[in-house]
Amino acid sequence: MRHIISVLVENEFGVLSRVAGLFSGRGFNIESLCVAESQDPTVSTMTIVTSGNDAIIEQVLKQLNKLINVIKVVDFKDLDYVSREMILVKVKAEERTREEILRMVEIFRGKIIDVSAKTYTLLITGDEEKLKAFLTLIKPLGIKELVRTGPIAIARGDKVIKVKEKHSEGGGEGNG
Amino acid sequence: MKKTGAQIFVESLKMEGVDTIFCYPGGATLNITDVLTDSDIHQVVVRHEQGAVHASDGYARASGRVGVSLVTSGPGATNTVTGIATAYMDSIPLVIFTCQVNTMLIGNDAFQEADIVGITRPCTKHSYLVRDGNDLAKIIKEAFYIARSGRPGPVLVDIPKDVTSNLYEFKYPEKVNIRSYQPTYVGHIGQIKRAMKEIASSRKPVLYTGGGIIASGASAELVKLAEALSIPVVNTLMGLGGFPGNHRLFLGMLGMHGTYAANMAITSSDLIIAIGARFDDRATGKVDEFAPHAKIIHVDIDPTSISKNIKVDIPIVGDSKNVLQKMIHLAEQDGGDFKDYRASIGEWLKETEQWRKDYPLTYVRNGTLKPQYVIERIYELTKGKAIITTEVGQNQMWTAQFFKFLKPRTFLSSGGLGTMGFGFPAAIGAQVAYPKSLVIDIAGDGSIQMNIQELGTAVQFKLPVKVVILNNGHLGMVRQWQELFYEKRYTWTCLECTPDFVKLADAYGAAGYVIEREDDVDVVLKEAFHNGMPTLIDVKVNPEESVYPMVPAGAPLREMLLV
Repeated sequence: MRHIISVLVENEFGVLSRVAGLFSGRGFNIESLCVAESQDPTVSTMTIVTSGNDAIIEQVLKQLNKLINVIKVVDFKDLDYVSREMILVKVKAEERTREEILRMVEIFRGKIIDVSAKTYTLLITGDEEKLKAFLTLIKPLGIKELVRTGPIAIARGDKVIKVKEKHSEGGGEGNG
Repeated sequence: MKKTGAQIFVESLKMEGVDTIFCYPGGATLNITDVLTDSDIHQVVVRHEQGAVHASDGYARASGRVGVSLVTSGPGATNTVTGIATAYMDSIPLVIFTCQVNTMLIGNDAFQEADIVGITRPCTKHSYLVRDGNDLAKIIKEAFYIARSGRPGPVLVDIPKDVTSNLYEFKYPEKVNIRSYQPTYVGHIGQIKRAMKEIASSRKPVLYTGGGIIASGASAELVKLAEALSIPVVNTLMGLGGFPGNHRLFLGMLGMHGTYAANMAITSSDLIIAIGARFDDRATGKVDEFAPHAKIIHVDIDPTSISKNIKVDIPIVGDSKNVLQKMIHLAEQDGGDFKDYRASIGEWLKETEQWRKDYPLTYVRNGTLKPQYVIERIYELTKGKAIITTEVGQNQMWTAQFFKFLKPRTFLSSGGLGTMGFGFPAAIGAQVAYPKSLVIDIAGDGSIQMNIQELGTAVQFKLPVKVVILNNGHLGMVRQWQELFYEKRYTWTCLECTPDFVKLADAYGAAGYVIEREDDVDVVLKEAFHNGMPTLIDVKVNPEESVYPMVPAGAPLREMLLV
């Protein structure tokens, strides 16, 4: 089962390696990973696509939460959400196909962002299904290179995934 | 007034109440060592950095305080890795300070540079590279807090040399505020009530408890709950000492080398109450057939431990002590819920008692010197009042079986990682924490050679640690597996060049003894335990002896090979 997981982390040096290391060290699978600063410059949002049975996903979520720099972990499976991914694709643009590519880009509401004598570079955004459909159609025309961001996701409606400020108490306590 | 990073380091340790540091110097530590030497902090200089971390670990396990070590960059830092991984697997609170090359040189493959934060990332609870000296005090404060709170663990702080010499404003933070780290101490009362209902309707309950009881200081509460409801108790290796080894409800250690009674109780139980234990494969045997008739309640402070290996019916995230207190309260309030339970529990106790009688821990006395006998004598001679460390292998298992641990923090052993070479430096650390206690490392002739250089530390700092070497001339546990599963082909396990341990002790200025016959055991041990010196006791035990019972790896707990 495929899951999109949003991980809010401290926007600090080394956090990405902790998250990536957790996945590799425990044999969890990362299909894609997308990370950048959120509206709060101290917080980054990582969107991770992973897969596994319920027990594995439960461990993924718990282990992510256990990392000291991870502030919040959300599995979108439990939420109504929208997700989008962006792809850049360089396709062969020969005389007989240039028109067809243009039409398809228009149908899929994409853009041509670079042109050469022999190629078009296309930008398409959409959900997984739309991108899959587009790539299926464009493939016979000759894909020279494909780069994709992996999906990012956000909850629908008023629901906001945000940092809840809490304070750990200080020094003396714990079990020391 | 501004202070150097080295001064801030020492001031911060004082603010954390650190009284002892286990250390080894190098080029990158120079600024710190030069300040530390004028402080009141006791500096135990070891002979190898692995020894420093194990010693700080032994100090932490024995005392419950955070163990602290300091080493130099590069190889000094990489030598700590085994010690850190050992502490991580057993949830021991340590802060390891490694020094690093100058900030400007990081990443340049400078002399004695190693990316120790990267290397230790998977075996630390958390780690820091101090990139700005203004953060040093805050980082030290956080490191100690993270190490000892929640599920404890090792935290590494890497300090570049220039940070130790540059000047910064020093103000030690009063509070820690880590928004992303909020351990759950208080167990959910609804879940605890469900658990108590489940206990009330059980007929064959077993308390299965581990190192979490010791970490949380919950031994008294565990005894109280077990007695209140007459529940038999089995311990993991890490849990030994968490419940008195001579208690009528104690069935012993479970697992691969557990007692017949403990493994049969688990197998027959209808309700396992797991507290501060993590269902390690050495404890569970074949996972699919672990406690096949039982529902499982699992109390643990670390949510990732719950339902990791075994599916749990009632998870309770919280501190063992907190949860046990609530359980005791509910048991004492008993409004008749436990009536049927109390009427039937005697039957179950009779059954467990019968297992204990039918198949007690035993060994064959045949005139040769048996390692089990030596451990039984150590127990009798000390009346259990000693801090015992072990190495790993047969020595560890025989100690776990034949020494009755009466109190928490008296059995220090590398349970999770299984680190040979742990016991001796750990004993040194425990002796530093408790200078007047009798501290005994029960070792093998193989494992003692893994950190034997720490004899120098013990002699220099006048730490009268006793090392009882159960010398069978083999790496006994691996030899045992070869005997049972590899047609007695003893590849690599016969150490043909074992040193003369008495001469070795003498060379270091320690005391050395040999025991070759049963009759000598009491006489020599008594003298060795009272000589006030670091001591090696070379006990020539029967090399053929194996550890039983044994559940072969991958087999269910009920399939035990007995003596």
